Amino acid sequence: MKKDEIPQDPSPLDKFTKEVCYAVDEKGDYTTALSRGWQVKADALGITWEEAQARTANAREKVKNGEASPILFFMELNMMDLPIVAAYTGFWQWTVKRHLNPDVFKNLSDKKLQKYAEVFDVTVEELKTANLNAA
Amino acid sequence: MQLNFQHIQAAHCENGVTTNLLRHMGIHQITEPLAFGIGAGIFYIHIPFLKISGGPAISFRTMPGQIFTRTCSALGVKIERKTFSSKEKAQQFLDDCLAKGQPAGCQVGVYHLTYFPKEFRFHFNAHNLVVYGKENDTYLVSDPVMETVTTISAHDLERVRFAKGALAPNGQIYFPKTSEPVSEERIKKGIIKGIKHASWFMTETPVPILGVAGIRFTAGRIKTWRESLGARRGGLYLAQLVRMGEEIGTGGAGFRFVYAAFLQQAHIFVKKDELLDISKQFTAIGDLWRASSVQASGIYKGRMTEQQDFNVMGDMLLNIADKEKAAFKALYKIKW
Repeated sequence: MKKDEIPQDPSPLDKFTKEVCYAVDEKGDYTTALSRGWQVKADALGITWEEAQARTANAREKVKNGEASPILFFMELNMMDLPIVAAYTGFWQWTVKRHLNPDVFKNLSDKKLQKYAEVFDVTVEELKTANLNAA
Repeated sequence: MQLNFQHIQAAHCENGVTTNLLRHMGIHQITEPLAFGIGAGIFYIHIPFLKISGGPAISFRTMPGQIFTRTCSALGVKIERKTFSSKEKAQQFLDDCLAKGQPAGCQVGVYHLTYFPKEFRFHFNAHNLVVYGKENDTYLVSDPVMETVTTISAHDLERVRFAKGALAPNGQIYFPKTSEPVSEERIKKGIIKGIKHASWFMTETPVPILGVAGIRFTAGRIKTWRESLGARRGGLYLAQLVRMGEEIGTGGAGFRFVYAAFLQQAHIFVKKDELLDISKQFTAIGDLWRASSVQASGIYKGRMTEQQDFNVMGDMLLNIADKEKAAFKALYKIKW
């Protein structure tokens, strides 16, 4: 890539920083320059977010219809999957999976709920009632 | 308390941390490309049967900490590296380092990194930064991918240092301890060692998911994605490939350009004219990676959804694999 070919597309990077790119100058020597971002990357990020939001919306529906416990909603909201939730809470993956069942969730002790609440950055009350319109 | 620490922005976080820490201890010859090359940071693996955030498990980078370890060992720098099970001890150790005037590299997870905007916060645990001071309850942070230094609260720092999931940092902290002055000869040896390691890894490892063979493996998989996953999910997989490859300068094209820059700088220390020629090859390979990302974006944007488009994408990676094989072979065969 030549220095003047470094993309300068508006991207989510604008909220944050410019990134260093290595590129060759007119003499063929390597140098660095800053880039605002690249449309190709911004799109990859965008579609990943759309997917995450779709998954959250889907989880919200499931919780509303009583097909899953609020843990599923908060899990998707925080872009976590089973292994990550298990690692943060210290539960086994199969245990977390069990807690996704609303009937099991109803009977969970406050101690266990507290663990989930901490991971998801909410209070136990918020976890139980799951304000599904949030975020 | 604030240490006198010079922040230099880098394309890749671990290169940057390594470069900045070594410069801090007086090794002024080191640059980001040199750290990347001596530390043999170029890498590729595609692990089948494993999914990361619901997509293919592809990594363009080595295990966190490897570039730092290899570069320091090649330059004869003794290092300190520690992980913790206790959060209190991890913080105490960091505070002690700062009190002794030692800036410290930390491995962190990105998800709770408060100074990143939300768009960039994923459950990714192999980010690196340097803590170089503390004021009240706030740590001063030099994050190499940022233009300027920043800060993070003690609570948030603890959170990111003890992020969980794949490659959990467990509070990992590292810094160079002692060093003799580094001679030109030493750097020369380090460069040769780094080139040998990287070229060996990329071409000679007899495992079909590593190095150049790994890129071929991915190429073959891509061609099956449309059929097995559908155009949309196949596109999401490609988006993940592009994100792994290009986000914040790391991986695909970004790494090839840094490596090409490394070979140019290596030529100053090691007078082998092949290096300049191979550097040009890597520049060309980097451009091919970029072209492949553009093709991928056409697919995940939904502009191109035919099997033919996935085939073209796969063939682009096969072409890249061939070119890389030739370039790394040429490096591997240099008589030093």
